[in-house]
Amino acid sequence: MLIIKNLHAVVEGKEILRGINLEVKPGEIHAIMGPNGSGKSTLANVLAGNKGYEVTEGEIWFEGKNLLDMEPDERAKEGVFLAFQYPVEIPGVSNATFLKTAINEKRKYLNLPELSPKEFLDMMKEKAKILGMDESLISRSVNVGFSGGEKKRNEIFQLLMLEPKLAILDETDSGLDIDALKIVANGVNVFHKDDNAVIVVTHYQRLLNYIVPDFVHVLYKGKIVKSGGKELALELEEKGYDWVTSNELETQSI
Amino acid sequence: MNELKENKRPLEEIAEDMKVLEDLTKAEYKWGFVTEIESEVAPKGLNEDIIRLISSKKGEPEWMTEWRLKAYRHWLTMEEPKWPNVSYPPIDFQDISYYSAPKKRSQKKSLDEVDPELLKTFEKLGIPLEEQKALAGVAVDAVFDSVSVATTFQKTLKEKGIIFCSISEAIREYPDLVKKYLGSVVPYTDNFYAALNSAVFSDGSFVYVPKGVRCPMELSTYFRINAKETGQFERTLIIADEGSYVSYLEGCTAPIRDNNQLHAAVVELIALDYAEIKYSTVQNWYPGDKEGKGGIYNFVTKRGACRGKHSKISWTQVETGSAITWKYPSCILQGDYSVGEFYSVAVTNNYQQADTGTKMIHLGKYTKSTVVSKGISAGKSKNSYRGLVKIGKNATGARNFTQCDSMLMGDKCSANTFPYIEVENDTAKVEHEATTSKVGEDQIFYLNQRGISTEDAINMIVNGFCKEVFKELPMEFAVEAQKLLAVSLEGSVG
Ligand SMILES: Nc1ncnc2c1ncn2[C@@H]1O[C@H](COP(=O)(O)OP(=O)(O)OP(=O)(O)O)[C@@H](O)[C@H]1O
Ligand SMILES: [Mg+2]
Repeated sequence: MLIIKNLHAVVEGKEILRGINLEVKPGEIHAIMGPNGSGKSTLANVLAGNKGYEVTEGEIWFEGKNLLDMEPDERAKEGVFLAFQYPVEIPGVSNATFLKTAINEKRKYLNLPELSPKEFLDMMKEKAKILGMDESLISRSVNVGFSGGEKKRNEIFQLLMLEPKLAILDETDSGLDIDALKIVANGVNVFHKDDNAVIVVTHYQRLLNYIVPDFVHVLYKGKIVKSGGKELALELEEKGYDWVTSNELETQSI
Repeated sequence: MNELKENKRPLEEIAEDMKVLEDLTKAEYKWGFVTEIESEVAPKGLNEDIIRLISSKKGEPEWMTEWRLKAYRHWLTMEEPKWPNVSYPPIDFQDISYYSAPKKRSQKKSLDEVDPELLKTFEKLGIPLEEQKALAGVAVDAVFDSVSVATTFQKTLKEKGIIFCSISEAIREYPDLVKKYLGSVVPYTDNFYAALNSAVFSDGSFVYVPKGVRCPMELSTYFRINAKETGQFERTLIIADEGSYVSYLEGCTAPIRDNNQLHAAVVELIALDYAEIKYSTVQNWYPGDKEGKGGIYNFVTKRGACRGKHSKISWTQVETGSAITWKYPSCILQGDYSVGEFYSVAVTNNYQQADTGTKMIHLGKYTKSTVVSKGISAGKSKNSYRGLVKIGKNATGARNFTQCDSMLMGDKCSANTFPYIEVENDTAKVEHEATTSKVGEDQIFYLNQRGISTEDAINMIVNGFCKEVFKELPMEFAVEAQKLLAVSLEGSVG
């Protein structure tokens, strides 16, 4: 589904990603962990096509197509979804208007008929229920005046509405209380099927108790320095990042 | 102080409204066609003979001709205002024709007598004049160049005692009302363009709603400039008698022409005790091309007098067209407890210039006014808000709330805010808030990431920005306004 080869990316003249290799197959869940500033959000943004990040080397293939050739909205319509670490507020635009437009743009792209208002409304109610979201949040402006937790929940609501092929969740767990964490994780599990994939960026092993990854990768200074199964997350929690990064540090200081 | 609460609406209703955004069109100025029709055009230039000619063409009584001549003589003593934050080459007032009317036309009585070419023109503009085709609940007065060509639903309205006709007809048929109110809010001495309009005004609409009557439909005037090198000078007069209510809409378009054309209108509103007038404008005169060639100069004086106690006048305007807009719909709050409102969206793109805003003059006790202005500038345009809030000595307990938001697209445009506040009564409360923002890259990326193209993302952000104003418009016009915004901002980011 997703193949990343030797990916290098630069932000404001500084190289942040320094040769990432990663393959994600349908049905898989990958967790990406790593210290602050290691490049996790950068990777997520590069996948989504944020123009603030310049790819200087490498390739990204998504479902056999060259992702780097596509505009951000095209990538989204192809099925790449990013749940933002910091969701943006859009005053005056209701969540409902925004989502209806997004869904119908995607359906148009896929040569599917538009949803009728009724179909859309029913779908919204159903998904909101999964996330225990108050319906009033749907008629409010996108993320405006939402609490930190509500914003994160709203990202997963959008995930359920848009049903992408690849979901990249950037620290969706941060800012959630314990109950909300379970609800949101459940939402992700409802979404996850054999034919789609999830990349979870997180600092905390706790989320991975609910969203169980097939692989865990440690990103450090723009490279994946260690990969393993779900037990790697537990080990990391116990031993800290020094344990995996010390080798890297040594090679760097030479 | 939360005048601008987000209104909570049921989901079902929102789902319906959403069709609106899906309809966003991407056309260029599509109202730019010319109607081939034989017109009677007055020779260029302005003098007393021309004014007498206009007056006699309209079959006006002597007092009206005299009134025009007085205005003309006063105009000769005045100078063009230079204070607006706009610039344009000097206008040669002798190089304009002041009267143009479609030829084949007897005294219009029924639609059968209207030239089919004209019916077609309005149909093409989305304003069908046959009543069975018309938008339900909207009566239309259609003005083509200097004359009103048709007014729909007159009969239905007359049954309620409501007068809705062209101002020319009103001068002939209801001289007492016209004499009493014409120029009573905007005297011809008011300003340069008001004086010019008073001298040469051609047509426009007249509305009178009698005591206690709630007008059952929206009244609307559609102005169309067609002829070359003519000015349009319409005059509108609306009187809402005690306890009555009327909602009035005005729309306007013009063909694409290389030269600039002058449009100088005067609108006067009068609300008596407990009466309410809601006046909405969707202004879409031809704005000129991308290089700034052509387009309408829109120099307009609009003013409403809340004469009676507890009366209310509300202006809502969406200004997307014209090369230059110079316009300050105002309220004179004379009656105690009267209310004035101004909701405005002004969009400028390419080389357009807009200097617009409002004046709220509080004279009566406990008068209240609200001003919400949204300016959007793109391209190399200039967009200024100019607002005056004046609280008179006797306006005990008066209140004003003003909010002015500007949005910039790109870095070659400019936005300015010129608030003037004069308070002569200590008990008054005046609040002013202003913000300037840029359409954020992060907002656009967020919408892109959900599959929405940059063009649509901008439309969405801009429409969201204007929502407080759009919700004041009748639904069909809100749809129209959103479409217009999309067209006006076409290609402004890229
Ligand atoms: N727009 C930007 N301008 C300048 N520097 C940036 C920008 N975006 C990211 N960076 C820098 O790139 C590096 C990686 O940032 P990134 O946000 O990818 O880290 P992260 O792994 O997601 O960290 P965290 O765990 O704190 O979210 C940091 O040093 C950050 O300061
Ligand atoms: Mg991050």
